[in-house]
Amino acid sequence: MIPRDQESTRSGGGWLHWLSTLTDMMAYPLKTSHYVELVNPLWTTHKMQARVEAVWDETSHARTITLRPGANWRGHRPGQHVRIGVAVDGKHYTRTYTVSSAPERGDGCFTITVKAIDGGRLSHYLVRKLKVGDYVPVGLPQGDFYLPDASPTQPLFITAGSGITPAMSMLRSMLAQQRMANSVHIHYAPSPQETIFGQELREIDAAQKHYTLHEIHTAALAADDPARHFSLENLARLCPDWQSRDCYACGPADLLRAVEATWEEAGLAHRLHIERFRADLAEVPDDAVGGRVRFANSDLEVEADSATNLLRVAEDAGLNPPHGCRMGICHTCNTTLKSGCVRDLRTGEVLNEAGAIVQTCVCAAAGDCELDL
Amino acid sequence: MSQTATAKARLPVDLTDEEIEAFGRDMDAIYYETLESRGERDRLYILRLIRTQRTLAFSGRMLMYASLFLLPAWDHALASWGAMIIVMALGVVMLGVAKILENMEIAHNVLHAQWDWMKDPDIQSNTWEWDNMSPSDRWMHSHNVVHHTWTNVVGKDLDVGYGIMRVTPMQEWHPKYLLQPVWFVLLALLFEEGVALHEQAIVDVVEGRKDRKELKPLLKRIGAKVWGQVRKDYLLWPAVGAVVAMPISLFVDFSPITIFFMIAGGNAVANIIRNLWAFMIIFCGHFPEGVYSFTEEQVDGESRGHWYIRQLLGSANIQGGPLFHVLSGNLSHQIEHHLFPDMCSNRYPEVAPRVRALAARYGLPYNTGSLWRQFGTTWRNNLRLALPGGKLPPAVATA
Repeated sequence: MIPRDQESTRSGGGWLHWLSTLTDMMAYPLKTSHYVELVNPLWTTHKMQARVEAVWDETSHARTITLRPGANWRGHRPGQHVRIGVAVDGKHYTRTYTVSSAPERGDGCFTITVKAIDGGRLSHYLVRKLKVGDYVPVGLPQGDFYLPDASPTQPLFITAGSGITPAMSMLRSMLAQQRMANSVHIHYAPSPQETIFGQELREIDAAQKHYTLHEIHTAALAADDPARHFSLENLARLCPDWQSRDCYACGPADLLRAVEATWEEAGLAHRLHIERFRADLAEVPDDAVGGRVRFANSDLEVEADSATNLLRVAEDAGLNPPHGCRMGICHTCNTTLKSGCVRDLRTGEVLNEAGAIVQTCVCAAAGDCELDL
Repeated sequence: MSQTATAKARLPVDLTDEEIEAFGRDMDAIYYETLESRGERDRLYILRLIRTQRTLAFSGRMLMYASLFLLPAWDHALASWGAMIIVMALGVVMLGVAKILENMEIAHNVLHAQWDWMKDPDIQSNTWEWDNMSPSDRWMHSHNVVHHTWTNVVGKDLDVGYGIMRVTPMQEWHPKYLLQPVWFVLLALLFEEGVALHEQAIVDVVEGRKDRKELKPLLKRIGAKVWGQVRKDYLLWPAVGAVVAMPISLFVDFSPITIFFMIAGGNAVANIIRNLWAFMIIFCGHFPEGVYSFTEEQVDGESRGHWYIRQLLGSANIQGGPLFHVLSGNLSHQIEHHLFPDMCSNRYPEVAPRVRALAARYGLPYNTGSLWRQFGTTWRNNLRLALPGGKLPPAVATA
């Protein structure tokens, strides 16, 4: 982003700060960083990018991507995630992926491990097309799904498929610190070969007396075998002391629902830590007959039909949002979709990705939606 | 759009309302088909262009500094006024071209939201600030909203004569227009400054419709942007040269003050190169022979089809090669730009033949010509319309 009327917030030493203020003025209306980017995209300060250093296939559908982040990066805590941006067919998308490497890794790089999901445009691009040497925009590590620093927790990891990534980062970190906690790990995967980090997990299991791995390979089990899915019986069998452990769970929604129900029933919800990624796409209602429109900044919510443009809806609600031509050409009315679903009245195209730009003068509600107005 | 089609609008064309609507649908088809096909190659186009432009701007400025080491005072074999001026001129031209690219093919089009579809946070219409004295958001209002919605509607579109010139006989003559050949030259030289002051609100104050006080926040906003530009081109870049020259001047016989003015002068010339070029291309867009203007009654209740026809009749193209089109910000495809203002500009060359053929099928004119034809007739019209009278284009527009 090119900040408008915004003083440089760069911290840092006196003379360097002074110098960069001066060169920013010489680069006006851009910043020095925009020219530095021409030399090395990792040195920019107006946005953060990372270079792809290596790619490695963990399974036939999952790939580990090693990234070298640029200036202003800060280390992550094992279990945290980062936002990664990728341009597919010219369009920019952002998704969140857990860091799978340990912060103790000494080369300044980190890894993400991505599974190509069916119909997942971005995951498919990351797994199949991203090449060594490419640059991708990255965000800073975020999230509160991590092991406490000091307390002697005894973790129980329940993971499935690519949900292994935060647990892997935690395990690698404990190994690097040579303080592997007494942990039990129940992991669901289709087969030994299709287990992300399968070999490494088995090696840790063999080498560390405090770490116990239970792999459940679902492809080998009959469809009606109760061992295929998470249940209290299986849990009690694999980890008899589960009630005295802190559980860290990550995986598909079905698994997390079952885990949540079990811990709540036992009255132990405070010992359960769950990592789930909110879907970035809102569901498109079949009938699309309009819905409730929420104007987030004005704290206002009104009912709208599927034919009235959102600019009109906002004005009828007493707002005066920016607008110009009222026919979709000048883009003065552009605003951000915070959640939900709108339809472009000209093309019928549905916009349902949070963060999409909405031209309010030619878009109408398609179900409930929330706008940054 | 169709619900507003009351067909009250009366355009100077020999087409039935049904034909006008069909023309609009055909135009829509070209528009949506092209939008649909946008992809990676368009993204690479704008990214490479931005990289080229920034490299060019920086290299130009560095070359201007480098030329100072060729001043005759250095007394080495290459030092001479001739060599110094050649290198300096090269740097100035590079900087001028960089400013042309930034203003026209990059910023103008980014600010039209042509690249918003990429969702690249760096290339968005609402955050881009351009290398021009006019603040981006102010310009977006006067250009995207006022000019592109009300194209060539006398009394509505401020670009019709910019409040100081008579560019169509539909504007009533007034003695002040006798001076317009002078304004024409002055505006060409100071186009950037003219663009910054190109505001309906300022016209309102000058004509006494608005109080001077209401202008204050607007002028403050413009002033901040102008100060940023002046500080860069006429203060800091020259000052850095002068500061470096200070210790050197103890050994080599030249004054740091001269250095300051040389760099400032070079930057001024680069800005003027951009001003002249932008002025020439932009004036060829709406003011050559054969371009139509409209009255407010003519556009009252116009449909999408009417709107397209108004854009077609109100704009003119310039013929040229690929490099010329890029340097003109693809405003050499002014017709296509006015029909599809938010279509990414690198696609105008490929839709142009389709638009031209479509216009021909409906018997509509498509105003295109060489730069000299378009700018020549613009200049001639400017002289002619300084005097009362003038010739309107044919009452019925035909190919």
